[in-house]
Amino acid sequence: MEKIPILRMGRFLLVSIQVDLHDRVALQLQEDLTDQIVKTGAKGVLIDISALELVDSFIGRMLNNLTSMSRILDAETVVVGMRPAVAITLVELGLELGGVRTALNVERGMELLGGAAFGRSKG
Amino acid sequence: MDVQKDETLELRQTEDIVRVRQAARAWAVALGFSLVDQTKIVTATSELARNTIEHGRGGSVRMRSLVNGVHKGLRLDFVDTGPGIANIELALRDGYTSGTGLGLGLSGSRRLMSEFEIKSEVGKGTHVSVTRWT
Repeated sequence: MEKIPILRMGRFLLVSIQVDLHDRVALQLQEDLTDQIVKTGAKGVLIDISALELVDSFIGRMLNNLTSMSRILDAETVVVGMRPAVAITLVELGLELGGVRTALNVERGMELLGGAAFGRSKG
Repeated sequence: MDVQKDETLELRQTEDIVRVRQAARAWAVALGFSLVDQTKIVTATSELARNTIEHGRGGSVRMRSLVNGVHKGLRLDFVDTGPGIANIELALRDGYTSGTGLGLGLSGSRRLMSEFEIKSEVGKGTHVSVTRWT
């Protein structure tokens, strides 16, 4: 079965979704990611969806779930790299991804996470 | 209005959703839809295919490419023989869900396509027809 790789980058985890998401692959990712957060103690997760040609309500729900699960495990999530056509379609579909933070690319996402982690450690 | 291509694909398990949306993408590209329109078509296809499988207990989708004067179109008919929808008006409302979804499948697909028709009979099944024109 296809598996979505989770890479460790310092204190962060990078999930790069490069396959057309089957339901089972998506569910497997929830397990793998939560495992990795616990194992590595990562404080931030970047989910790169730049290869995704669509985000439907199933994938949207998965991104919401990944964000909530990570948050409970004390890791912040940023979804990066959404294609413009996907963003246009999402809004028309009515999917707001309310609880999901986004950034244009991995670099901006890391800035966002770095800032959050820094602010928290100071506070 | 001429039908140029006509094909029916099965929708039985969730793996079929990926196959059907890949087919819809290929047809949309061949018909010359813009990238944004392709994305809308594929997303609506994904939502409706999931409805057919999860709520309709499986069925099929008939894909047709149409020509109407200078316009080209892609029509998708999702047919199932599942439990049917008792209250279509309610089912078309944003956020209404009978399952674990976000309740955007029908209402969202309607916004993404040019034409949308739904027929449903309790105990007999549901037929959703959507078309997008270039």
